[in-house]
Formats: sequence, structure tokens, C-alpha cells
Amino acid sequence: MKKIYPDAATALDGLLFDGMFIAAGGFGLCGIPELLLQAIKEAGTKDLTFASNNAGVDDFGIGILLQTRQVKKMISSYVGENAEFMRQYLSGELELEFNPQGTLAERMRAGGCGIPGFYTKTGVGTVIAEGKEHKDFNGETYIMEHGIFADLAIVKAWKADDTGNLIFRKTARNFNPPAAMCGKVCIAEVEEIVPRGSLDPDAIHLPGIYVHRIIQGDHEKRIEQRTTRKKESA
Amino acid sequence: MPWDRNQMAARAAEELEDGWYVNLGIGIPTLVANYVGDKDITLQSENGMLGMGPFPYEGDEDPDLINAGKQTITELARTSYFDSATSFGMIRGGKIAAAILGAMEVAENGDLANWMIPGKLVKGMGGAMDLVAGVGRVIVVMDHTNKHGDSKVLKACTLPLTGKAVVDRIITNLGVLDVVEGGLKIVECADGVTEDELRAATEATIV
Repeated sequence: MKKIYPDAATALDGLLFDGMFIAAGGFGLCGIPELLLQAIKEAGTKDLTFASNNAGVDDFGIGILLQTRQVKKMISSYVGENAEFMRQYLSGELELEFNPQGTLAERMRAGGCGIPGFYTKTGVGTVIAEGKEHKDFNGETYIMEHGIFADLAIVKAWKADDTGNLIFRKTARNFNPPAAMCGKVCIAEVEEIVPRGSLDPDAIHLPGIYVHRIIQGDHEKRIEQRTTRKKESA
Repeated sequence: MPWDRNQMAARAAEELEDGWYVNLGIGIPTLVANYVGDKDITLQSENGMLGMGPFPYEGDEDPDLINAGKQTITELARTSYFDSATSFGMIRGGKIAAAILGAMEVAENGDLANWMIPGKLVKGMGGAMDLVAGVGRVIVVMDHTNKHGDSKVLKACTLPLTGKAVVDRIITNLGVLDVVEGGLKIVECADGVTEDELRAATEATIV
């Protein structure tokens, strides 16, 4: 089966429908599937639910789908960088489900591993625990969280081979592997597709079994908080 | 004179033990890294990195290398990268020895509030709830009072909680307090701050 597609729009063909649930990789603007998000914007698919740690900024990342009102609900841990998000949320146009960051990552991983629920201490005694099953293990209280099973996963990696084996680069790995795992179908956009056999099998970060379609493209890779130090003068 | 930001960070750095894996929050906690001295401390960035290095020199920024505050950073010889599920696995699993975090309010039973103010812009908890629930020791570094002069060290938190009974030690500009049975215990006062002044600035029960 051929996994390589010529571009994002072609890779998304037949997978998009209104009201669908998409898991997206990325942390802030680092390692986000920017080409696939742009193609979803152009496809005009509506009432989307996104599981994504953040919501991008106004004009980049998931933010571009907020501008076009294509998003119905976000499941995220931190959305502070997006003014349009806040406007839509405060006016009731957008649903928001806050998940602690580690709970969100584990919900994705669990879903991908066929685990529909798990117990965690995170959030016990906070608003996050309200309405959730509580259970004691060894004298400590935990709450139950649900695995995420998404209709589609969209992720960004550094390199792929034609079988979908992926390698990520530095902290751009972040949510991409767990997001990829929890999708019924996963599309990966990468900076470079390399020939089969050129990736070290011992160094694959995500095996191709999780990746169904691959595209290669040019990425802007925007920096959100450029922070530097001065070279000490000799 | 109460401690300034750097003195608070230096005091917090004394809490860290050689060989520890540590997570530092945003703000004053970030400054703690400047004061670890000869101790072998590995910093975790919860987006997926152990062995966080300093900010890059101008021109060396890498969009694929950021910390949990989304700032560009650098790697070290010891650095390892991993995905966010693995990262929070080591947090939830108790592998991180300590987290040093800022706070809006801390209560005498160790309750911590640092993620939302009702009616104000809600940005989200990020990884804070996971960290306080999972790491070995939670150390809060913050000013003792807010800008109106009200104590941030309370009998009970008024803001939505980040974690229940999670704080072990509080380091403020006025001194160091431990969460113990029945309330807070004064560990030390900042240079030039008397115990009476520390007590007067604290709403929580001091035992």
C-alpha cells in the first residue's frame, strides 16, 4: 500500500466530515502539522472538535481554523496565546474542555493503546475531578480519565520513510506520537521523506503501523517566544 | 530587608540535592537554575526534554527546541528528548524529585492555587496539576503578599485549586515555611525580617 501523497489536500481526501474529532500534535507552535491545518481550512470542514494541547495563535496553527469558525470544541491544557480563541469562548461560540497537560497526553496514548479509561492522581480535589469517578488505590484517591479515540490524527515529524516510520527532532516530538496513536487514520507531514532502509531501525520514534498517509512539504516553523542570551565579551 | 527575586531563587536552589531531576516553573523558579552551583541537577522541560540548557546565543535559535514556556533554549551533553506522554509519565510516576513553582495562593494544609482567577482570562493549567500531583517534593516560591498587601499564605485558598494538600515548602520574600500537621512551621526568616513580621504578614495558622 502506497502511503505517500503529493500534498495535504490530497492526503485529506475522503477523510474529512463535518462534526469530526481530530487529534493534533504540537506544543505551542512547535511541531504542529501546519500544512494539514491549512488544508483543512481550505476544505472548509465545520464543527470540528480538536484534541490539541494548545490552540495556536491568531494567524497560525489551529488559530487559522478559529478565524473561519470551523472549530466547535477544543480539548486543551493551555490556550493563553490566542485572542480570537478567548473572544469566541467568552461569547459562547466555542466549547472548551481543559485537560491537564499530562492527562491529555495520556488520554491520547491510552486511546491509541486500546485503553478506554485509566486512573490518575492529577486533578484530584480540583474542578477537573468534578463528575468523574473516584477510586482509592493503596490509600490514595485517583480519578478516572477516558482514552481518546479520534477520527483523524494529524502530526508533524522530521523524517519519514515510505512505510511511515517517523523520526522527530528535539522538542518538536511533544504530543505528536500520542496524537498519531489515537487516530483511526493518521496523516503525518514531514520535512523529508527518505528511502526505505535509510533510517536506523533502532532509532525510529514512531513505527509506521500508526501512520497511514505521509506528505512532504516546506514548513514555516514559527518561533513563539524567541529568547536569547548575549555572548560574553572575551 | 526582605529577599528580592534573586535571593528567593538562591534560597530555593539550596533545596535541591546533588543528582536530582527537577522541574522549574515560569518566573522566579526559572532563576533557580542560576544558583545550583556545583550540584549535578538535571532540569526537565515537561514538553519532552531532560537536560535543559541555557537560552541560545542570538542567531542560534532553533524552532524545534523550546521549553515549557515556549522559549527557545539549548541542549546539553546529557540531554534526552521524548514525547509528552512519556514526559508526564515520569512526572506522574514520581521520578522527578522536585518541582519549584510560583503560586497565587497557598493554604496551611498545602493546597495550591496558581492556574485561574474566576472572571478573569482563563488560560489553562498546562502541566501544573500533573506536576503537583506527581513529583516528589513541591516547593512554592512567591511573594508573601499580593500587590494590595494581603497575605497569599492563607488558612484556605479562595481561588480554584491546582492541587489539594500538595505543597511541602513555601519560600517567600519574607522567609521559609513548611507545611506540617496543623498548619505551617517557620523554617527561617529572610535576612532582616523578624519572626513577628513574618507572622503578621501570614493569614495561615503558624504552629
